[in-house]
Amino acid sequence: MSNMVATRDAFGQALVELGAENPQVVVLSGDLAESTRAALFGEHYPERFFEMGISEQDLVGTAAGLALGGKIPFVCTYAVFAVSRAFDQIRVSVCYTGANVKLAVTHAGLSVGEDGATAMTLEDLALMCSLPSMTVVVPADAGETKAAVRAAAVWKGPLYLRMGRSPVPVLEEPGADWQIGHARRMRAGKDVTLVACGAMVSAALEAAETLSQQGISADVLNFHTLKPFDCAALVKSASRSGGVVVAEEHNIFGGLGSIAARVLGENCPVPMRFIATQDTFGESGKPEELMQKYGLTSERIVAAALELLQPEGVRQ
Amino acid sequence: MRYFSLIDSTPILTANFDRSLQHVRRLERIALELRLGVVNLLRHSRSGHLGGSLSLADVMAVLYFSVLRNDPAQPDWSARDPLLLSKGHAAPILFVTLAARGYFPMEWLDEHRKLNGRVQGHPDRKTPGVEAATGSLGQGLSIVNGLMLAARLNGRDTRAVAVLGDGECDEGQVWEAAMSAAHYRLPTVAVLDRNRLQIGGTTEQVMHLEPLADKWRSFGWQVLEVNGHSIPALLRAFETAWQTLDQPTLILAHTIKGKGVSFMENQVDYHAKIPADALFEQALAELSQAIRDNL
Repeated sequence: MSNMVATRDAFGQALVELGAENPQVVVLSGDLAESTRAALFGEHYPERFFEMGISEQDLVGTAAGLALGGKIPFVCTYAVFAVSRAFDQIRVSVCYTGANVKLAVTHAGLSVGEDGATAMTLEDLALMCSLPSMTVVVPADAGETKAAVRAAAVWKGPLYLRMGRSPVPVLEEPGADWQIGHARRMRAGKDVTLVACGAMVSAALEAAETLSQQGISADVLNFHTLKPFDCAALVKSASRSGGVVVAEEHNIFGGLGSIAARVLGENCPVPMRFIATQDTFGESGKPEELMQKYGLTSERIVAAALELLQPEGVRQ
Repeated sequence: MRYFSLIDSTPILTANFDRSLQHVRRLERIALELRLGVVNLLRHSRSGHLGGSLSLADVMAVLYFSVLRNDPAQPDWSARDPLLLSKGHAAPILFVTLAARGYFPMEWLDEHRKLNGRVQGHPDRKTPGVEAATGSLGQGLSIVNGLMLAARLNGRDTRAVAVLGDGECDEGQVWEAAMSAAHYRLPTVAVLDRNRLQIGGTTEQVMHLEPLADKWRSFGWQVLEVNGHSIPALLRAFETAWQTLDQPTLILAHTIKGKGVSFMENQVDYHAKIPADALFEQALAELSQAIRDNL
């Protein structure tokens, strides 16, 4: 297996580098500075680092004020706490107000591991995508996290940056052309399209490798941005392959799968399969055990792709 | 239509705490015009929040026409002192005040609460002079703290002010923000419109707030209790607040909900009730008489 790095670790480093380049960047933490790796920024730029304590509503509101005052605030806490405890502040003080706040959150998804369901979020993408003016970015690995942090700082308007706790494979380094809102084709193929975001991108690549050994070539698209969604990239691939598997570390309701299904339903209806959690909360366990138990694996992606390639094409 | 008869868009470049009779009478007159404007606005829009707008008229007259640095010709002027109406349902008093300061033409008020309007039901940044969207209670003080942190980083002497309702203090975020303002020793200023009524009854019936001043003091705030309808008392309180640079200040403004219209005063119903036409005429007659008496 390739080198493994947690996106939160890449984030901590990227934030320090960003702080050196851009004096307008400030960081606010919800008493999880070590876990989110925001503490590194605080060590380098203590005057631009604000510990707000365990009070997410105030954390997000204060960030909105800093943004209105011309700063570029990065809000750092667990994804579940930012999104669930401060949804209304994100909605009104940030999005409706139009405050240039970056919600740079970690510990999203099942791969939180042993802390269990309360520390996980499997609903954040649905919630964040539903907010007008919010941009939603889910980097797949360390390299994309660095690219996303830099892009977020110059992106105008509210942005949700979703990162994970556990190490994930380091993929091909994103090029200088990496852009928010532009899907990346990670592997070219023609028989089936595999669509993924975040930690599931490496699983999709692994699945494509397995499929290739069976003579099936998979087109692998990395949707590191869910909103704005790169409709053209998906439609182009789906119209060629005729079948799409979507994989995400999120509930089956309201995430990447829902967006992809809508886009294809409108533009290019093809059979689809969805790898996601099945409307359930998580639980404690090792990250890899959880991914296995809840079906977020390359094996499940392979099985879904093979099902699509059956002549019947339609699930019983 | 014509909502009030006074517009003064002169930029305010320095806070003015002058308590001379002449200046006080001028601000009293402005407060009455703002009340008249609020009643006319609601008579036109036929929905909105009268009581908690009328209780704030004196506070808003003092802030926008004397204390806050502001230039209506440049709503985004970087040296301005921003005001956040955290109790966003009092939007009518904010909109009337901004129009009277010349932030936008009075005719825009015709669009209040109307489809495609530039003057929405609650504060929205499409109205010039509105600093943030509010209306979901409890959010303004955090934003003001953020503005003050930004000012500190930028080396500016900005004084941002949050205007809170007393019922709004039921919201936990208010107390989170109270804590963080004191923690960072921000010279944040908050005005608390203590009119003792909220939509469901008295504040003490709905959810006990007292001892309210002690609560704020125990959170590390300087608390100044004033008659929120006394222009000199408000000017004095703001002067003290402006001189306090190492601590946040709460101006606990004791007010009367519906102030200035006899049959609305202290009436819980007038939180959001729209009176019948005849009563609107009576309200306007009372305020017009008060303005004549002031001259």
